[in-house]
Amino acid sequence: MYIKQTFSALALLVCVGLPARSDAQVPASKSKQDSIARADSIARADSIALVKQLEKELGPPNADTSAGAAATQGPVATGSYMNIGFVALTDAGWSTAHDIGAIERGDHDPKVNGFTIPNAEISLDGNVDPYFKGFSNIVLKIDSAGESGIELEEAYGLTTSLPWNLQLKFGQFFAEFGRQNPQHPHSWAFIDAPLVLTRMFGPDGLRSQGVRLSWLLPTPFYTEALVAVMNATGGTTSSFRSPESSDIHGGVIDDRPVSNGFADLLIVPRINTSFDLTETQTVVLGVSGAFGPNNSGPAAKTQIYGADLYWKWKAANAQAGFPFLSLQTEAMWRRYDAAQRLEQDELLVTLPSEVLKDRGAYAQVLWGIKPRIVAGLRGEFEHGDPGSFATDLRADQTRWSPNLTWYPTEFSRIGVQYNYDNRKTIGSDHSLWLQLQFLIGAHAAHKF
Amino acid sequence: MKTTKIIKMAALSLSAISFISVQATAQLKVVATTPDLASVAREIGGDRVNVVALAKPTEDPHFVDAKPSFIVTLNRADALIEGGAELELGWLPPLLENSRNSKVAAGAPGRIVASEGMRLLEIPTSFDRSKGDIHSLGNPHFMIDPAAAKVVARNIASHFAQLDPKNAANYNANLARFDSRIDAKLADWQKQLAPYRGAKIVTYHRDFIYFAQRFGLSIVDELEPKPGISPSPAHLAQVIGEMKRNSVKVILVQPFQNRKTAETVARQTGATVIDAPQQPGAANNTSSYFDNMDNLVRGIAAALGGAR
Repeated sequence: MYIKQTFSALALLVCVGLPARSDAQVPASKSKQDSIARADSIARADSIALVKQLEKELGPPNADTSAGAAATQGPVATGSYMNIGFVALTDAGWSTAHDIGAIERGDHDPKVNGFTIPNAEISLDGNVDPYFKGFSNIVLKIDSAGESGIELEEAYGLTTSLPWNLQLKFGQFFAEFGRQNPQHPHSWAFIDAPLVLTRMFGPDGLRSQGVRLSWLLPTPFYTEALVAVMNATGGTTSSFRSPESSDIHGGVIDDRPVSNGFADLLIVPRINTSFDLTETQTVVLGVSGAFGPNNSGPAAKTQIYGADLYWKWKAANAQAGFPFLSLQTEAMWRRYDAAQRLEQDELLVTLPSEVLKDRGAYAQVLWGIKPRIVAGLRGEFEHGDPGSFATDLRADQTRWSPNLTWYPTEFSRIGVQYNYDNRKTIGSDHSLWLQLQFLIGAHAAHKF
Repeated sequence: MKTTKIIKMAALSLSAISFISVQATAQLKVVATTPDLASVAREIGGDRVNVVALAKPTEDPHFVDAKPSFIVTLNRADALIEGGAELELGWLPPLLENSRNSKVAAGAPGRIVASEGMRLLEIPTSFDRSKGDIHSLGNPHFMIDPAAAKVVARNIASHFAQLDPKNAANYNANLARFDSRIDAKLADWQKQLAPYRGAKIVTYHRDFIYFAQRFGLSIVDELEPKPGISPSPAHLAQVIGEMKRNSVKVILVQPFQNRKTAETVARQTGATVIDAPQQPGAANNTSSYFDNMDNLVRGIAAALGGAR
């Protein structure tokens, strides 16, 4: 009885599976092997006839064993001058927070109850010539009010042939500070940005226009030293001369042109090293800094320091990269030297010169349980020492986020994430977010 | 006087050390993406090359982590051998971008695309990912066709001769020796599999098509419904039906493929699941291309013989 039921179920599954299978074929090809794939739909009708047909089509085994038999006549032109890819993130969910934007501060985070498309990016890249590669990322997004926006997220050139293991990047790019800041949202393991990143770098991460020099050190293990010199002005340099930085220092911004030469620029150094602990385990360690002027006063400065660690174990016989276990953690400290300034909301009040200190960290564990299924847990906190004024952006907050992600293929992903947020001044909130992601076109390879 | 002697001896020792180190570094530093390519490179390069493989023998060559240590390895390489046909597309480009080594840049003599000039199978006429993860340049699992290995060896020898012209004659001699050995072994492998010509098998992925064509086996289906797509119950039910109708008794799996899924299908069909690693080193005592092919052919022949 049980067997009969099983076969009935299998038969049903076969029927359900049939349409999908008919799509499975490689596009019409004259190759003999193609005929094998093509023929299995025929096999359902008459498997014996199929076998005969296959044998007829396959013919005798290939008798020519010379190298020439496997070689073609000459090289074949392939590829194109430019790779084009498009990735879209569709988020849906609900939160108990009345001010979702205060807990989901990233520009590509889900910000409303209901649906959002916080990130749809067009990526273009290719070799410029023998000396440079070019890369551009153009982001379209729909904000919490339903308005569409567009931004040139990145556009940079990269040298390919500098001597002494040097490499120069120039244009607009994400600062290589820590691990997650330079990553694009579609490669984040969680649906939203870590709290500490949005506190230090604002909703869009730390990115600006400038140059970055990198040196691959001649050590026996991987060590890379990088330094970027960038503009410190603009909406994507939040802790520096950003027009929104009143949220950090509480005062009227010192709006002046870039006049102090090199001192008005943002310097972002980083050193990054990695070891293979065993055949299956690798660790990457990095320390970063970001130093530049802020706009609380004419000579005010900000210093941000960061340390990051990434460890990964992947089975020696992993299937499609699974199973694996990874730990990623970043800690950041900010010292914001706020000058004496007029309070933004009370212009008759003068805020004293003070040092605003903030810190925060997150740690996330990912477990690739079985092919294409990943369970994750992230814990994070952020803290600001008391200043002469109160601001939500410096309030203490903790968050726990378990999540589960299914990757049907490398080109699509479905994730669900629960957030437990606890804000010291406001209380607890619960959020549940769902994200569907798809990629069409060229798929950039994943960095470690 | 004594001091002068010591200085002279020290200078002599340093010269000797320098000479030894020059001799040691005179070897071409070769990086191969996979162990099978590394093995062929050793056959061609002999003691004039030092070859390392990036992917582990048991690892899916499509899904290798782009570990930073590989950047260092590539940075110091004189030559890189890649399979090509997009086999390494998911992990090699960022490594190369950061390796800053013009010796292995595209088009340089040190960049060896193993599949160059090879007649690949299953080149799609259109690109559509609804058909699975199809490689636009053709199926990249060609190395288990010994005739394809000859093309690879020819490509490697040609590049080695350009990189190290002084030893070109050695490389060409090693190539000739490799070709002869392949011919001899191929005759043996074909003899072993000759009784099973036309035998029907099932594989996990479309990674045995070159082998099947060379040795006259017939692949009835794969456990994956489409290339790179995980097996679904509906598809497995279909495969079970096909296997029963065609009396398929052998399922081939590689170390990184889901053996449990294959065993489930085998239980339903009375078939045997055979470990069929394509990479040297994945099975015991298979450190070279020839050892691994011996093991592969012997295992498949034994399974097909037992299935009769």
